[in-house]
Amino acid sequence: MAAIPERLAGIHHETRTYTGIWSWLASVDHKKIGIMYIVSALFFMAFGGAEALIVRLQLWQPNNHLVSAETFNQLFTMHGVTMIFLVAMPILIGFINAIVPLQIGARDVAFPRMNALSLWLFVFGGLFLYSSFLFGSMPDAGWFNYVPLSGAHYSPGVGIDFYDIGLQITGIGTLMTAINFLVTILNMRAPGMRLLRMPLFTWSALITMLLILFAFPPITVNLILQMFDRLFGANFFNIAGGGNALLWQNLFWIFGHPEVYIVILPAFGIISEIVPVFAKKVLFGYESMAMALSIIAFLSFMVWTHHMFADGLGPVVNSIFAITSMLIAVPTGIKIFNWLATLWGGRIHFKTAMMYALSFIPLFVIGGVSGVMLAMAPADLQYNDSYFVVAHFHYVLFGGTLMGALAGLYYWFPKIWGRVLNETLGKWNFWLVFIGFNVTFFPMHIVGLEGMPRRIATYSAGYGWTIWNQVSTVGAFILLVGMLILLYNLITTFMRKADAPGDPWDGRALEWATSSPAPEYNFAQTPLVRARDAFWVEKYEGDGTVPAAEPAGPIHMPSPSLAPIGIAFTLVLAGYGAVLHSAVIGGFFLLVTFWQIGRSLVAEDHGYHVTPQIGGGSQ
Amino acid sequence: MSTTDAHVVAQQTQPTEIGLPKDNKVLGLWIFLAGESAFFASLIGTYLGLHGATLHGPTAQSIFDLPLTTVATLILLTSSLTVVLGVQAMQRKDVRGMQIWLWVTALLGIFFLEFQGYEFFTFYNKGLTLHSSAFGSAFFTLTGFHGLHVLFGVFWILLLLFQSLKHGINEERTSKVFIASLYWHFVDVVWVVIFTLVYLAGKVG
Amino acid sequence: MRWKQRGFRVTLPLLAVGAAVLLSGCGVSKQSALAPVGPVARAQLGMFWESLAIMTGIFVIVVAVFLYSLIRFRARKTDTGLPKQVHGNTTLEIAWTIIPIVLLVFLAIPTVHYAYAFGDVPPNAMKVDVVGHQFWWEFDYPGSGVTTANQVHIPVNTKVDFVLTSADVIHSFWVPRLGGKTDLIPGRVNNLWLESNQTGTFYGQCAQLCGAGHAYMKFTVLVQTQAAYDAWLQSMQHPTVSVTTPLEQAGMKLFSQDCATCHTIGGTAFNGKVGPNLTELMQRPTIAAGTLTNTPANLAQWLHNPPAVKPGALMPNLHLSQTQIQSLVAFLETLK
Repeated sequence: MAAIPERLAGIHHETRTYTGIWSWLASVDHKKIGIMYIVSALFFMAFGGAEALIVRLQLWQPNNHLVSAETFNQLFTMHGVTMIFLVAMPILIGFINAIVPLQIGARDVAFPRMNALSLWLFVFGGLFLYSSFLFGSMPDAGWFNYVPLSGAHYSPGVGIDFYDIGLQITGIGTLMTAINFLVTILNMRAPGMRLLRMPLFTWSALITMLLILFAFPPITVNLILQMFDRLFGANFFNIAGGGNALLWQNLFWIFGHPEVYIVILPAFGIISEIVPVFAKKVLFGYESMAMALSIIAFLSFMVWTHHMFADGLGPVVNSIFAITSMLIAVPTGIKIFNWLATLWGGRIHFKTAMMYALSFIPLFVIGGVSGVMLAMAPADLQYNDSYFVVAHFHYVLFGGTLMGALAGLYYWFPKIWGRVLNETLGKWNFWLVFIGFNVTFFPMHIVGLEGMPRRIATYSAGYGWTIWNQVSTVGAFILLVGMLILLYNLITTFMRKADAPGDPWDGRALEWATSSPAPEYNFAQTPLVRARDAFWVEKYEGDGTVPAAEPAGPIHMPSPSLAPIGIAFTLVLAGYGAVLHSAVIGGFFLLVTFWQIGRSLVAEDHGYHVTPQIGGGSQ
Repeated sequence: MSTTDAHVVAQQTQPTEIGLPKDNKVLGLWIFLAGESAFFASLIGTYLGLHGATLHGPTAQSIFDLPLTTVATLILLTSSLTVVLGVQAMQRKDVRGMQIWLWVTALLGIFFLEFQGYEFFTFYNKGLTLHSSAFGSAFFTLTGFHGLHVLFGVFWILLLLFQSLKHGINEERTSKVFIASLYWHFVDVVWVVIFTLVYLAGKVG
Repeated sequence: MRWKQRGFRVTLPLLAVGAAVLLSGCGVSKQSALAPVGPVARAQLGMFWESLAIMTGIFVIVVAVFLYSLIRFRARKTDTGLPKQVHGNTTLEIAWTIIPIVLLVFLAIPTVHYAYAFGDVPPNAMKVDVVGHQFWWEFDYPGSGVTTANQVHIPVNTKVDFVLTSADVIHSFWVPRLGGKTDLIPGRVNNLWLESNQTGTFYGQCAQLCGAGHAYMKFTVLVQTQAAYDAWLQSMQHPTVSVTTPLEQAGMKLFSQDCATCHTIGGTAFNGKVGPNLTELMQRPTIAAGTLTNTPANLAQWLHNPPAVKPGALMPNLHLSQTQIQSLVAFLETLK
């Protein structure tokens, strides 16, 4: 923009500075926002995990009455909603926040304030959802929340209203994240960082954001329709009023299937970063990896009715969607084979990050091949809504997404927090999680084939299910121990001195070319990208430093602001108005929200300038 | 690395490689509109799925007043033209002209909203409500959300107008006006789709 | 059937090992999709084994290459410099694109074949209307006027077209040993045809979350010889209720006051439609949709407080006295 030289000329702008906790609440720095995403996601993971453990204890033996059937329905509903919307997505968006701008050599994201707004909408939306507990009625119709069960007639409590509005609030934040990162990645790459030089994690972020952009509007609409049904007596899903139960399912899964790729593609990206680094070998088939991501994203919008094979939609629909679903195996297979080929002939260093990344490969293959089995529509009639499906998607979401996220946590922890996580604890953590995971979820394949449906609060003896459920429950507690070791490792490491070098792993991408943690301006001088694996190439073929694309000088930074957290907060208060059926509260806070948005639309942030210290920000 | 090298490199920078707008806000708005398209596509799909479910209430054919809606459509389309004139004036650095055309645009938007308010009121009196049938739910939700977009656009344009009256115009505000105009065009285009798929097709039956 | 045979030939050794692992752990296959008794479930199991064989093959290859790489290419102290950097290999990349596509064709063909085979209801199939309720099953035999609940009788070796509708929320009809499930969706009519080649009792339950009582929405399929089935249908069409003892009579009187608005009993004037039809109740192995075995003690427990037995049950606690419960049980015991 032409205004910048004018600013550089020394015009002084007042910028309010914040300290202590306020420096976090008002932060528009993508690194701090990334940290807050990750920490919040881990916080919600404790809730989601606790819910899962209670579910496993309830299923320990037949006819168990540890919790009531009503509570059980709330537990698995909140477990699913939490793990998808409040853990998997935010932890990955957290890594994308913390790392992608560094990887493309940018100073920040395109819209730093909107980025903070996304964060707070997620955090407050999640807390809002959990506050339903205080109102005595939590969502209990499953994460998929099918109508008419979730309609006002069969779910008169406020639990479903919390679901609708809570997910709406976090969803709006997610959509803004998508817009933000699409612009950031498309427009703010450092000179020379062509699309086909971008690290695979950035590629996966780009494709993920495209998925969000087109997948979230259908769920937004779906939630609006249900809100109108429940609050204003509309008839979208009310059969007697001419509504249609399958409308919800279609809109939900048009979102829901891309959603599973939204939470797996960034994990693919993480694996593609880590495997080459610890195998000391360039990623095999870079172009086909990027291409595979794009094809998967494209196909993911054409497979949604495979969640609805038991709806009786007929052989034509089922056949078409069975085949499109199977096709996804091809690009996914390409990715797996490319990782194997990267390992082949490498020098594999078994750091914890690498162990997690490696474990991803067989676990995801199990989840993938059972996915192909599920795609066979006529056979799926046996698997659908049984524990076989539960096993399948946990292999994908836990074995895939979470293993990928934990790999990313060990890998990027030094870059984000300036300390390397303890490797001994890491190994214990890894093996207990790996073993616990398989012990928990593998038996679910079997018990599903033996006819155990999902979401049942209890079962009778004599079906052969008891032993497998007990194995699963034991596995869940092994997992718990593994995760507690992770927690211990995180806390003790965090209390140590921040002494991580900028490049502890001999990394390849640009995030390793700056200090750990990166300074607020990321790079003292915008780096010049001369090849793929921009930093690695300079280390092994150049002089070890990434050349600068601009002269050293003062750096323009966006001002911190409390506006984002304010907007998110009043929007959530408006949500309480809706839940409490109070037009006054809802209307008032909605107006306040829009008033603040209006102010932001005309606001002009002149930011401020920092002058980097010599040597700071690059090594 | 010397500054000259940096200068050379700056020549081969990135965004041009895929020909996207370089201004973050403009690109961001285009992306936002892509998401908005998916939003309205979902609403329109919902309407198309439910428009036959009229129960014993009014049907599309019996209730739509095509001449009235055509006038409203023309008003909204005209406002697309006036906002273009406003942006052109702005590019000529004719601040006064820009302000006048933005006024006209906002006024036309308000006229459209009045038409819509009148239409909703008549339909309501004829027994078509949000809860009279699934058709009613889908109709009011789709057109209502479009109306809210128009309303938001009117406020947005007025906000930028008042800002320019108070503080004049600068580079950043210019880009904001341009973005608001893009948004306004989008809202018009969505209306054309709604007019065709809901009103025209509904009247034909 | 050609497909299935080819699948079996490939998978025979795997089938033996797999079946041993899967089934020996428990020795029970009460509701197992792995123990089919009809053509639909058998075809589905055939697809399962065929796909499992192909998928296991892929998994074994991947893991073998994976583990070999981890061992063979682990970093050693003696390493110097960098390993050879390989950016790609077109031949390999084409190969691992084409080979999966070919394998998928082998899965896609039976998929489409059976999607149509299961999707088209055989024209001569016998019809049973199934209505899902929170949280029990209604079975109507069109044309015969017979209605029963939670246990459906069908003749052996006969294709049965289950016509699936719901009275409230979405349910899913699943009898794993006969075949896969289909949902009962309000506002829709779905068809699912199944056949059993064995007589006996086969277990099913609702597979779609339908509320608090979801886990308690079970049913049984009683597969009978044609003669036994005909006899049952005949008897259901002409039920007789003979109430003799004073206790039974008291129970019947109480039923007419407290229960008849919801329940029908063939052979009496009771014709409520809200709850399950109780005609010939004593023929059923269980009560409360498979929650309890059908014994006088359990009936008493149920009548004492239904929602305590089955969460979410719509039958309220009628606060009956012990004597009232005794008389009702005595009356219900006469419904043979």
